[in-house]
Amino acid sequence: MQAVIEGRVWTLGADVDTDQIISGKYLTIIDPNELKKHVFEIALPEFAKEARAGDIIIADENFGCGSSREHAPQAMRALGVGAVVADSFARIFFRNAINLGIPTVEARGVRALFEKGDTARIEMAAGRVTNLRTGASVTFPPLPKHLLDLLEAGGLVEKVRRELAARSPAGGAP
Amino acid sequence: MSDRPSNGHGATLAEKVLARASGLEEVSPGQIVEGTVDLAMMHEQGAQTVAPFHQMGAVKVWDPDRVVIAIDHWVPASTEGAAVLHRILRKFAAETGLPHFYDVGRHGICHQILAENGWVVPGDLAVGTDSHTNMLGAMGAVATGIGPTEMAAVLALGRLWLKVPPTIQVHVQGSFGTGVTAKDLVLRILGEVKTTGATYKAVEFTGPTVERLSMPERFTICNMTTEMGAKTGIVGPDGTTQEYLAKIAKHPMHPMTSDRDARYERTVEIDVGGMPPMVACPYSPDNVRPLPDVVKEHVTIDQAFLGSCTNARIEDLREGAALMKGRKVAPGVRFIVSPASTPIYDQCLHEGIIETFTEAGAVFTNSSCSACFGGNMGILAPDEVCASSSNRNFPGRMGAKDARIYLMSPAAVVASAVRGEVADPRELI
Repeated sequence: MQAVIEGRVWTLGADVDTDQIISGKYLTIIDPNELKKHVFEIALPEFAKEARAGDIIIADENFGCGSSREHAPQAMRALGVGAVVADSFARIFFRNAINLGIPTVEARGVRALFEKGDTARIEMAAGRVTNLRTGASVTFPPLPKHLLDLLEAGGLVEKVRRELAARSPAGGAP
Repeated sequence: MSDRPSNGHGATLAEKVLARASGLEEVSPGQIVEGTVDLAMMHEQGAQTVAPFHQMGAVKVWDPDRVVIAIDHWVPASTEGAAVLHRILRKFAAETGLPHFYDVGRHGICHQILAENGWVVPGDLAVGTDSHTNMLGAMGAVATGIGPTEMAAVLALGRLWLKVPPTIQVHVQGSFGTGVTAKDLVLRILGEVKTTGATYKAVEFTGPTVERLSMPERFTICNMTTEMGAKTGIVGPDGTTQEYLAKIAKHPMHPMTSDRDARYERTVEIDVGGMPPMVACPYSPDNVRPLPDVVKEHVTIDQAFLGSCTNARIEDLREGAALMKGRKVAPGVRFIVSPASTPIYDQCLHEGIIETFTEAGAVFTNSSCSACFGGNMGILAPDEVCASSSNRNFPGRMGAKDARIYLMSPAAVVASAVRGEVADPRELI
């Protein structure tokens, strides 16, 4: 994870639930490269085609509410989304995104500062999100060390892999 | 730990459960703890657990007797994609020696499988790859939904990190009027707490009304704490819990209750005396209004759905069948009834409930999540309207993004199916 993340911004409203991120009809798809074609089909239909690696999603309150489907952040990761920032997150989405290694930042008041196409700069350790077009910024409490470590490792898979490997130096399972 | 300064006040039930799970004397809201998992549940989303499990370098599941797989979203498989998910899970269960697999024929909605087989007991920390895992908090447990990558870590290690949630107390008193149910209560609470009101928090239900609720009713109210954003719903275990679990508990119980001087973040007081049936209108579960107000607007429906983990237990179907008996589904309405598990299906067969519904013109399906999630059957076309006993009415939840879903009690769903528009069950009683 980079300490400072910059990217082009896509904006979304409040209460964007996981059905609006990945509709129930796509839940039998496991291949993230297939899933990414359908991300935000209901909430932001042009996103799947036009998004570029490194783009940043900035949403209002309660982003990712609804089901526990990891398809939602998986599809975002497959598209190369650089970070997801919101006024607030639903808890399972937040965990899923962090577990997949996507920088996920809860910053009160952030949505109001951005329009689609702006450039955002996120300083993870300092806890600041800045709109580079307007200069406006908000601060946020930096993620606890536990979660920064998880992002640093690249996500939960890598973190557990290291833990298991450390337990059993031969590389075997516990 | 004896020299650790005490919090200076009592602990809530959720705090006590998480202290036990993490081997600590006490925990405080906001503290990050590593909890040992008592029960891990997967449904089809568990298929996405397999790849990360192997990528982690894991081979063995930490405790196969603490893992339940219950397929429920596409049963029997309705698409090739679903068939592949099921096959991945069967293969994984065989390879890692997971004996508790509720496959097609023994199937049911995952949360109901956990409940009716006693897989979650008081004091447990339970996790599942479904957001409505909160339902099992009705056992006096902390039960919460996680994603499949996190589940892979749980299968490998038997534990996960959790931030100890503050607890919101919902204190309920009064008696339900005729035709008013636990579903109406939880909708009323949603109307006050809203969909973000309990995000990251535990919601503990207390008070004389809650003490009188049956376990199925407690499942219904804990189920929809998910729609409040909560980490878990929870009810202090009592004689009702003990009786429900007496013959079926799969592991030892550790019943705990909140201390008298426990610190709640806030308390919501509800008196159900005189409360009418409630309905959540499109497009949010917290857009809650008294049902009689919506009835006046003559909302014509295309479909009615009596099913889901919220409300498809035998008590719900009995209540629905009693209203359905001798009546017909309104012309132009498709009425889908889906029991929550195969044993409930069998019980319906035995009691003549299936016949009551099919004679009335309803479709009685096998047990599954059915129409609730818009990915298997009972899909809504653009502009269609559905009266549903399920838990979500977001845009696109049951199919077309502008289809409109009204969430209500099983009795109100039957009344609506009979009238062909959103209706009050008290008109049929």
